[in-house]
Amino acid sequence: KTHGVFHLGRPATADEIAAWDIDVRPDGHGLPEGRGTVAEGEALFTDQCAACHGDFGEAIGRWPVLAGGQDTLTNDRPVKTIGSYWPYLSTVYDYIRRAMPFGNARSLSDDDVYALTAYVLYLNDIVTDEDFELSRDNFTSVEMPNKDGFIDDDRLSEPHYAGKAEPCMNDCRPGKAEITMHAAVLDVTPDAEDGEGSPS
Amino acid sequence: MTNTPTRRSFMKGGLGAGAALAAAGLAAPARAEGDPAITEIQDWNRYSGPGVDASPYGKPSKFEAGVVRRNVAWLTADPVSSVNFTPLHELDGIITPNGLCFERHHAGVAEIDPHKHRLMINGLVETPLVFTMADLMRFPRENHVYFLECAANSGMEWRGAQLNGCQYTHGMIHCVMYTGVKLKHLLDEAGVKTNGKWVMPEGADASAMTRSIPMEKAMEDCLVAFRMNGEALRPEQGYPLRLVVPGWEGNMWVKWLRRLEVGDEPWQAREETSKYTDLLANGKARRFTFLMDVKSVITSPSPQAPITHGRGRTVVTGLAWSGTGRIKRVDVSLDGGRNWVTARLDGPSLPKALHRFYHEFDWDGSELFLQSRAMDEAGFVQPTKQELRAARGPNSIYHNNGIQTWHVATDGAVENVEIS
Repeated sequence: KTHGVFHLGRPATADEIAAWDIDVRPDGHGLPEGRGTVAEGEALFTDQCAACHGDFGEAIGRWPVLAGGQDTLTNDRPVKTIGSYWPYLSTVYDYIRRAMPFGNARSLSDDDVYALTAYVLYLNDIVTDEDFELSRDNFTSVEMPNKDGFIDDDRLSEPHYAGKAEPCMNDCRPGKAEITMHAAVLDVTPDAEDGEGSPS
Repeated sequence: MTNTPTRRSFMKGGLGAGAALAAAGLAAPARAEGDPAITEIQDWNRYSGPGVDASPYGKPSKFEAGVVRRNVAWLTADPVSSVNFTPLHELDGIITPNGLCFERHHAGVAEIDPHKHRLMINGLVETPLVFTMADLMRFPRENHVYFLECAANSGMEWRGAQLNGCQYTHGMIHCVMYTGVKLKHLLDEAGVKTNGKWVMPEGADASAMTRSIPMEKAMEDCLVAFRMNGEALRPEQGYPLRLVVPGWEGNMWVKWLRRLEVGDEPWQAREETSKYTDLLANGKARRFTFLMDVKSVITSPSPQAPITHGRGRTVVTGLAWSGTGRIKRVDVSLDGGRNWVTARLDGPSLPKALHRFYHEFDWDGSELFLQSRAMDEAGFVQPTKQELRAARGPNSIYHNNGIQTWHVATDGAVENVEIS
């Protein structure tokens, strides 16, 4: 009865924590020992990833696009990829290790994940050398192109919220309402290019 | 029936009813004047029905077979990482039946043996702990009714009217009574260190979902829940354990919860960088947009629930909710926002829960542009879609709480539209 108020549960062992605590933060906290090169990653990617994500991260069908799309974030149809959008490399390592390949998660070694992460950097032209080796030692030196692309939630400063005005009740808009857009029936597809219209 | 059906409403009212009347007329010439549903003895009035041993876990009437979750196959690459929709247009009150609560998985439904389920707390705590389900059942429990809304609810509508029915435009939401343990109790049991500012829940499924939650929220009102509407969580809702994050985007309500890590910084997981960040027109994206803003929708009439009774007394009903707290007021417009009347809230008014509203009126058969506009107890008013687009552009994907317009045609058909 060494802990807490209710004295429920039991202390976790170091091995138990190590088995489940695999998350990695942007500062490198949580990175395991290991290393992998772009060339090693390419072979792994071809075997394990390309069937969904395409040979070059361009994606098959509606599966996620992993590469390209740089400088499209202000376009009418942005292409949000690891290279164009993701702020931190740690997220790539963490997510591949915990959740990929889809349908066979937790099947890659720590070295495999380093190699795949290196290859995804290569696909996005963030590293250009096929001999580049990613490891725990150099991991946090890699900067992602869109690392400064994020701001904290400031919705409440938007004009429709900021005033908290009493809303109009009568004669709020002139003229009769006119339809500007009809819902199509269920055969419309939102943004087929990268699937970002979907709640993915 | 108190009104004689008009020819139009009779035709629209369903071929089923008409065919049944015609068949009855042919098979058994009327023995009396009047409605054969009354003048003829019905099967259910003559023959015994199933006994109490026929259905140990009951199901809805077969005549309600259309009241089901629906998915839209083209929305996602694969049904295993996908979403389906609650049939809001068929429901009333504020509680969603467990079997109709929308589903959103990232690696399908994990089937977990509760005897093998564990919850670990680790990180910046005095004593990392492991709990069994039996341990968790020994903490003090609480019951709360909360809505759970997917951050992407209405997300397909950012560029305009797309999907024809409130099930599809607004059905990534449900509202149930959760029973569980305050997250604070569990964190206190492990002893959060003074530099523990964030909590990261993790799921036990193959997507191993993680999010970063500020410690203030974790300590304020989050629950670790094991029951919904009185019974164990459904597998698709996280059985045997899920996190409840009242008023905040559904993605954070981690299902199949197996671990809580305490840290001094957010983790920047995939679900809070690549996803659940909201791209603005200037190319910057908002992150950590946790709160679900004040919102409402008219559930009937709606595209899947047209007016079939003709002109006369008509019930407009819908749902309103806010992650900030209670709904204070809902206004309804019949003319596309030119004029508004305050609707009638009915049923419990609970913070961060669905609220039911009604507006009864005499429909004269002319076309309508139905809208609802919610206001919460903090004074936030639901914005129009135009206002949201002006502030954010069309590519935010998430957090679309704009006012919905339904066009009611003179024949009672209803369509999802955008209007000037």
